[in-house]
Amino acid sequence: MSRLLERLLGRLPIGWLQLVHQRGRFAAALSGVAFANVLVFVQLGLMSSMGVSTLRPYQFFQGDILISAADANTLTEGGNVARQWMLQALADPDVVAGMGLFVALVPWDRGETDISLTTFGIDPFRADFLAPEIAADIGVLQVQDAAILDRLARGLTQEEAAAIRLQTPLSFESQGRTLTAYDTFAGGGGFGGDGYLLVSDQTFLSLFPARSSGAPDHILLRLSPGAQPDAVADRLKTLIADPTLRIRSYADAMDEEVRFQQTQRPTGVIFGFGVLIGVLVGIVIVFQVLSADVADHLREYATFKAMGYGQSFFLGVVVEEAVILGMLGFIPGVIAGWGILTLMARVTTLPLFISFGMAVTVFIGTVVFSALSGMIATRRLAAADPADLF
Amino acid sequence: MPDEDFSIQASALNHWFGTGEARKQALFDIDLRIKRGSFVVMVGASGSGKTTLLTLLGCLREIQDGSVILLGKELRHATPAQNVRLRRRLGFIFQAHNLHESLTARQNVLMGLQVKGHIDKTASDRAAAHVLGLLGLADRLDYLPANLSGGQKQRVAIGRAIVGNPDVVLADEPTAALDWDTAANVVDLLKRLGQARGTSTLMVTHDNRILDRADRVLTLEDGRLVGDEDRRA
Ligand SMILES: Nc1ncnc2c1ncn2[C@@H]1O[C@H](COP(=O)(O)OP(=O)(O)OP(=O)(O)O)[C@@H](O)[C@H]1O
Ligand SMILES: [Mg+2]
Repeated sequence: MSRLLERLLGRLPIGWLQLVHQRGRFAAALSGVAFANVLVFVQLGLMSSMGVSTLRPYQFFQGDILISAADANTLTEGGNVARQWMLQALADPDVVAGMGLFVALVPWDRGETDISLTTFGIDPFRADFLAPEIAADIGVLQVQDAAILDRLARGLTQEEAAAIRLQTPLSFESQGRTLTAYDTFAGGGGFGGDGYLLVSDQTFLSLFPARSSGAPDHILLRLSPGAQPDAVADRLKTLIADPTLRIRSYADAMDEEVRFQQTQRPTGVIFGFGVLIGVLVGIVIVFQVLSADVADHLREYATFKAMGYGQSFFLGVVVEEAVILGMLGFIPGVIAGWGILTLMARVTTLPLFISFGMAVTVFIGTVVFSALSGMIATRRLAAADPADLF
Repeated sequence: MPDEDFSIQASALNHWFGTGEARKQALFDIDLRIKRGSFVVMVGASGSGKTTLLTLLGCLREIQDGSVILLGKELRHATPAQNVRLRRRLGFIFQAHNLHESLTARQNVLMGLQVKGHIDKTASDRAAAHVLGLLGLADRLDYLPANLSGGQKQRVAIGRAIVGNPDVVLADEPTAALDWDTAANVVDLLKRLGQARGTSTLMVTHDNRILDRADRVLTLEDGRLVGDEDRRA
């Protein structure tokens, strides 16, 4: 290591030698950097899982344009949309099909743990609006009170979920009715609900008698091949000039919801703050360690000054220390962060993991911020006056 | 006027410490020229201004009044960058060794070489080992300062000061921690450097035996140069 650094720097790796000379301080600094890294990784992991889990329900469906109420910031919120708009939209030559989509949370009393499932009511004859995995099984929904259950739902054991088949369905009580799951699909717990449930629109309406078949939560449209969703959305906006509606391409709807969850929702904002705090903790720790190190070596630095070493040399030494701390602290940081996220993922069934891009970003950030706090720490060097040495 | 024959030329040099009521003059009207290659010793009572003069001549302190020409360069009004560059041609030996605790003896000496820019690693390693060998530390090259005696540490510091072949060596009681044989060895080494390379040495010491070996002895008293004795021949 020492030799490699000497090659790299073209001088003695004083920063490195100084760090390893004081092992206690070195270890403390590394754990500090690692700790800051863990904070950042956990928050980033949560943020990105929020993105992933926000998009999860969008992937159950296939559509090009989504018509929602103006206040529908997410798939599960906001008012209804009159079904008549779907018929209006179908007048556009590029719109080939439409489907109403109902959404609500369905509680499931499971004794010890009550869970709630984000439940979609769909037209069981419109397999073309569903992702292939689900589309194949949608036929069972034609039976009243039939359901397709999320096998990754929180609170559902793997054995329990695996046992669900047409021959051995799972029945449960909700909203005063008995629902029967004949099949499963892969959803997963999110931040809003513990999992997902698919039922027919008829079953949905009998679960929620107050809702009307003429007013679904969203309208999903499919376009003719080659049509531009954005262009059609713009056309539909002039065709249906109703300010209480939100007409967007399906892709835009996904982007907008992720942005909304991460910047408008308290949870999203808190995760963002967590990242900030992690970065600050890291900066403060590296600064503390390096400025204490500079203070401890003031006489030696003053001697180097007397010998003719300039500011750039000292900056180089301290930044060398900072970069080493950043790089070496990152390793335990990423390992611990990965471990904690894996554990959290197991408990919460959220898609928590460290992506390669995330790791690279955090690594670069760690090194850059360490170097910055190292630069600040060199300010103490001004106190090293070589005239005081004699 | 810069003169090639002299490493140091000071004229009408005054220096004060403090401001206002507390302002106190430490040096008075010093005129001094030190020949290239000479070994000059400075003596004087405590507080007479020896260290102050050394820091002024070594461009570690700003010249307030008068003139110092060091190696042909006027120090009055010199920029910090000019001072830094000039210091690379000097060798300082302080009373305290000030070795870097995490560097070995050899690495500490290398610091005196590296300041001059990048030098081939094998060559600089050999130069450092050579100097330490001259100082009787050939078997201590890879020792950390914590594992060296006081005298050994001081010799490493001397090695660090001379490894880069300085034009001027400024030393403040460098032999205090050394026994006489070692001190004599160091003095001889500095005198040999003077003859071979024209290195001038200005050394503050109270050791009479070193005085006997000096080319010239300067005496300071209350900030004034009161004695200047040629000891050659
Ligand atoms: N940094 C300083 N601030 C204020 N006064 C100083 C400072 N350095 C030295 N002096 C004063 O200047 C005078 C000369 O001090 P200097 O250190 O040069 O003496 P010296 O001959 O080296 O003494 P010693 O033999 O004790 O080392 C003394 O009166 C001292 O108190
Ligand atoms: Mg003194």
